[in-house]
Parts: sequence; C-alpha cells; structure tokens
Amino acid sequence: MNKEEIIGKINKFLVEEFEVEESKILPEALLKETLEMDSLDFVDLVVVIESNFGIKVKGEDFVNIKTFQDFYDFIISRVS
Amino acid sequence: MNRVVITGIGIYSTIGKNLDEVQDSLYHGKSGIGLDVQRKEFGYRSGLTGVLERPMLKGLLDRRQRVCLPEQGEYAYMATIEALKNAKMDQDYIDKHEVGILYGNDSCSEPVIRAIDIIREKKDTTLVGSGSIFQSMASTVTMNLSVIFKLRGINLTIAGACASGSHAIGLGYLLIKQGLQDTIICGGAQELSIFSMGSFDGLSAFSIRESEPTKASRPFDRDRDGLVPSGGGATVIIESYESAVKRGAPIIAEVIGYGFSSNGDHISVPNVEGPKRALVKSIQDAGVAISEIGYINAHATSTPVGDGNEAQAIGTVFGDYKPYVSSTKSMTGHEMWMAGASEVIYSLLMMQNDFIAPNINLENPDEHSAKLNIPTKAVNKGFDTFLSNSFGFGGTNSSLIIRKFLK
Repeated sequence: MNKEEIIGKINKFLVEEFEVEESKILPEALLKETLEMDSLDFVDLVVVIESNFGIKVKGEDFVNIKTFQDFYDFIISRVS
Repeated sequence: MNRVVITGIGIYSTIGKNLDEVQDSLYHGKSGIGLDVQRKEFGYRSGLTGVLERPMLKGLLDRRQRVCLPEQGEYAYMATIEALKNAKMDQDYIDKHEVGILYGNDSCSEPVIRAIDIIREKKDTTLVGSGSIFQSMASTVTMNLSVIFKLRGINLTIAGACASGSHAIGLGYLLIKQGLQDTIICGGAQELSIFSMGSFDGLSAFSIRESEPTKASRPFDRDRDGLVPSGGGATVIIESYESAVKRGAPIIAEVIGYGFSSNGDHISVPNVEGPKRALVKSIQDAGVAISEIGYINAHATSTPVGDGNEAQAIGTVFGDYKPYVSSTKSMTGHEMWMAGASEVIYSLLMMQNDFIAPNINLENPDEHSAKLNIPTKAVNKGFDTFLSNSFGFGGTNSSLIIRKFLK
C-alpha cells in the first residue's frame, strides 16, 4: 500500500466513522478539533486503525499528533 | 398527597412502531410473532420470537449518542420521542424543570458478549471501543436517555425481572404522589437480540409451536406450551396534576393504585398468594370498589403454571364480579422488562378508544381460565378503570390501577 492509498483509506474511515465532511479534512487542519474528538473518541480511533490497517496503537501515540498530516505520517510510518 | 396523571405515552413494539399502528393491531388481534431460523442454527430449542426492526437513528442522534445506545435503548428512545411529543413537552421545558427518568431494564446481553469476544480474540480491551461499557450496564437505558434528553431529576433503572416496567411506573407514582418530583419519564425496554434469550430458551420455557408462529403465544388456552420472547420500548410520562395543569398538558389518565409484593418462594415457579397480595394492595391503594374495574390486562405469558395461578388469583380477588380479562401477550409475545409499561399503554389505548383487545388464540380454556371473562374477539365497550398485572422471576409482583381522569 503506497502513501496515497493509505491517506485515502484514512480519509474514508474518518468520514464514515466520525461523520466529518470530507472537505474539512485538510493536511494542515487540526485532527482533534476538526473531528470534535473527546477522550472516548480516541478509543474508537484506535479501533478503526486496527480494523483498517491491522496495527495496534495506544492513546499515548496521539500525544504529538496535531494535524491530519501528522496523523497520516504516523500511520504511514507504522504501516511500513 | 399529589394526584399523579399520565400526560404522554409512546411505543415501539412488535405490533406497531407508534401508537396508531399499535391501536390498530390491538383491535384487529394482529400478532407480532415470527420464526427466526437463525435461532435454530444458533442452537435454540425454539426459533419463535417477536419480530422488530431496529430504528434508523442516523440524523436523529449524533455519533456519540448512537455509539453508546444498545438495541433496547434505541427502542426506548423512539418510544420516548413519541411520548414527549404527545405530552407536549419540548426540550425548552425540560431544560427549565427537573424531569426524572425511571425505566425498567434487566439485561444487556449483546454488548457484553461482543466485547468479551473481541477481548478473547484480540487480547486488547481498547479494541472493544468506547460505546460498549455504556451499552453493557444494567442502567444503560436511563443513562443514555437522561443524557440525550438532558434530564436533571431522578435517574434510575428498575431491574425487577418481567415486572420491571410496571414497578418503574409504580415507583414513579409514589415519588410524585409524595411531592418529591413533578415529572418522571417512566417505561420499560427489552432487547430482542439472538444473544439475549439463549439461557431462557434453555429452560424449555418457550413455545415450540413453530409451524404456526402467530398461534404460538396463547395465554390461558389449555394447549399453551410456553411463552414467546419479544421486546421493544414503551414510555409513560407521569406528572403531578398541578404540573400538568400549569403547563396545559393533555391528561390521558390518572394512576390511582400500585400494589407490590414478593412471593418469597421459588425462583422461577410463580404462586397464587404473592400475585394476589399485589392485586389486593393495588385495589386498597386506589380506594376503588372492584366493580369499578372494567378491564384487567393480565400478566399471563402462555406458560401452563403461570397463567393458571394468575387466573386463580384474579378469580379469588374478584369473586362473582367478572371484569373483562385479556393478555395482550397473545399478540406481542412476552415483552419482559418492557411488558409492565407497554401493557399499560395497550390498556390506555383501549380505554381511550372504547374497546377491549382480544386474547387471541384462546380456543379451549382450562379449568381456571374458564372462570374468567376473557374475550377472544375485540369487544366494543368502554371502561373507566383498568388494572395491569406484571410478575417476574424471583417472585416479584406489581399491579397498577389506572383510571380515566376526572377533575
């Protein structure tokens, strides 16, 4: 899976799971604020990452993830 | 002491997804029972069940609200939306007043099983997701609805087996009567999931008349062979008379009596004495003559022992006076935790529309039911007061008496 495919897959599950408009998903936009996530939503993000990519992440992995680009980079690094 | 009135009702059941549909089914004796072949493949002795689609809540509730709501919570939500609407109680009113919730619920099987399956497979509790804990707890219905509707009054789930919904209304009635709360959303909810009934099926308590699903639930009939599990959600909004008048609410009826008792006997086999005491206490609390009670909605679930004992209890208490008696479970199946609330709604619909719903499938009464006045076709007759019985495992009993509202 190349980077574009990974990003496409991430955007698709964010739209489906978190019901965010696709147009609001921009690389420089803030992930937590755009998705209006609280602490419970991060648990569900861990679940969709596992079901889509087969990798287990932890809540603390999100500490340094601010933007969608940060999130893409994190997933790409873990997938590869 | 406050008078306690009913100002809103709502229903989501196997015989209709709103009050109009349910009223039509009750009048025409329409069954909500079907055969679920998946249950047979899963290992059930009986594949019979009430049939009910889950509501589509996308657009009505946001993601967080939907994620935390279990199956029976969805049914309870739909029923509550309808009840609030016909109680003419909007969010602005709820925001400015202390509205409580007491709802009957006594199991949450599917979310528990699904969570454990995930943990077993993945060895990681986080992968269960965020909603499971809120779906799994006994208080899931009141927990969720109190958040969705921003309720700020009493907030409790009543777990009283198959009398849960009835006790919820009864306990709400006591709180309002004593002036401790003005308005309470009461009700009962019951899951129908294939995961929820297996252990009950294992007791051979369910009918196996699978060749005729709509004839399987036959309370009081000599040839009954067990109950049919069912479910849904039923909401009854009760409030003090003063509160109802103050906000110009429509008054549907008045709760005038609540009787409760425990058998102190067998865990699953009912007796005559316990239900009889609940019946008598409700009549004493209501302060009515038995001749004023025009209709009894029986608990009768279509089990040989239960129906017979209830028929004896009613016969003993009412003697030569023979009010109409029917079990709407003949159409709905046994709605368990929900039944005490839904059957109050079924009876209210009859009282509002001057008919008595039939006890369908009663073809041959047994020695005890033959002594009761049980209609097998709808009777076009008005009545002013009814009594609703609900009994449950462990011998918990509840009887409610409700009357047309008179100033």
